[in-house]
Amino acid sequence: MKILIVDDFSTMRRIIKNLLRDLGFTNTDEADDGNTALPMLKSGKYDFLVTDWNMPGMTGIELLKEVRADDNLKTLPVLMVTAEAKRDQIVAAAQAGVNGYVVKPFTAAVLKEKIEKIFERIQ
Amino acid sequence: MSNNNDDEKGLDPEVIEKLRTQAAELVEQVNAGDYARAMGLINELNEVRDQSLYREVGRLTRSLHEAIRNFQIDPRNAEQQEALSKMTDASDRLEYVVQMTSKAANRTMDLVEDTMPKAMALKEQAASLRDDWQRLRRREMEPAEFRELYGRIDNFFVSLTDEADSIYGSLSEILLAQDFQDLTGQVIQKVTGLVKEVEDHLLSLVVMASHVDQITGTVHDLSEAEPAEPDEKAADQGHGPQINAADRSDVVSGQDDVDDLLSSLGF
Repeated sequence: MKILIVDDFSTMRRIIKNLLRDLGFTNTDEADDGNTALPMLKSGKYDFLVTDWNMPGMTGIELLKEVRADDNLKTLPVLMVTAEAKRDQIVAAAQAGVNGYVVKPFTAAVLKEKIEKIFERIQ
Repeated sequence: MSNNNDDEKGLDPEVIEKLRTQAAELVEQVNAGDYARAMGLINELNEVRDQSLYREVGRLTRSLHEAIRNFQIDPRNAEQQEALSKMTDASDRLEYVVQMTSKAANRTMDLVEDTMPKAMALKEQAASLRDDWQRLRRREMEPAEFRELYGRIDNFFVSLTDEADSIYGSLSEILLAQDFQDLTGQVIQKVTGLVKEVEDHLLSLVVMASHVDQITGTVHDLSEAEPAEPDEKAADQGHGPQINAADRSDVVSGQDDVDDLLSSLGF
């Protein structure tokens, strides 16, 4: 299970990386925005994408739309972990095809639950 | 601007006086048929208006300048003084807050990442010893095995003491790493103070502008000032964390709200 973590704050990437490791996912890579993440996704055979929304360059929602528009990536499960908490944003993310949405600040238990739920639905 | 309370009431009395006398004179000259003099009076009236505008703008500039100059924070030691003297404006200061909080977060995570395996190793050693101890109590252990267990228990106590010390040390360092809050709190409070002052001054500017409108007789079409509908691009950029989420209906107040919303969408 190879996971890409996209967030512009290295601290948040590190927190998510640590939580994922605790959940047994040790094969993770990091990117600081959509522009860095997209080429990695296209060449890297990732099984799961965890992304923030608000980032300089390409935002998380733009990255999600790019992923869904790409024939090789469109089935990639995407979990959004973000401080963006407006209802219409959550609706927009759902319409863009997000698989899960976690608002910051979050707990380890919430992250675990959402990830497990996503994999349950895929299998 | 606390020293300029006339702002609330309207124009400077001096200006009103001039307006009154020159208006009267203007009527007089027009009635007398001296149009050149009347035009001259209109120009003078214009000048009075312009000068009062310049004076107000000058006042605002001065107090804004003052506010920025007074925008200092108290350094506690030479190192902080050096760090702070380099910062000349609010954005630098906020950048400093980002750096401080990031440093503290990383320091904390270093210590946590360092400590977690130690706690895990102790737990595993204890679990393994407990299993063997149970076997001893059930008298299922050979004397040779018991001698080996005896040694392991001894070693465990030694490593338990050492590791507990090291864990305690890491926890105290994590505690100390939170001292950023003091300094960043100070910086943020100062920036908040500046923003508040700028807000007040902007309000004064608006009040002053309304006086100018009064003089020029300008009426604004307020409907034009309505905020434009955010376009899709702007929505994509994100808004950042929402403050007072609980009081707003367009913002979710936590993960439960998100889950409810998503399940209403068929998730």
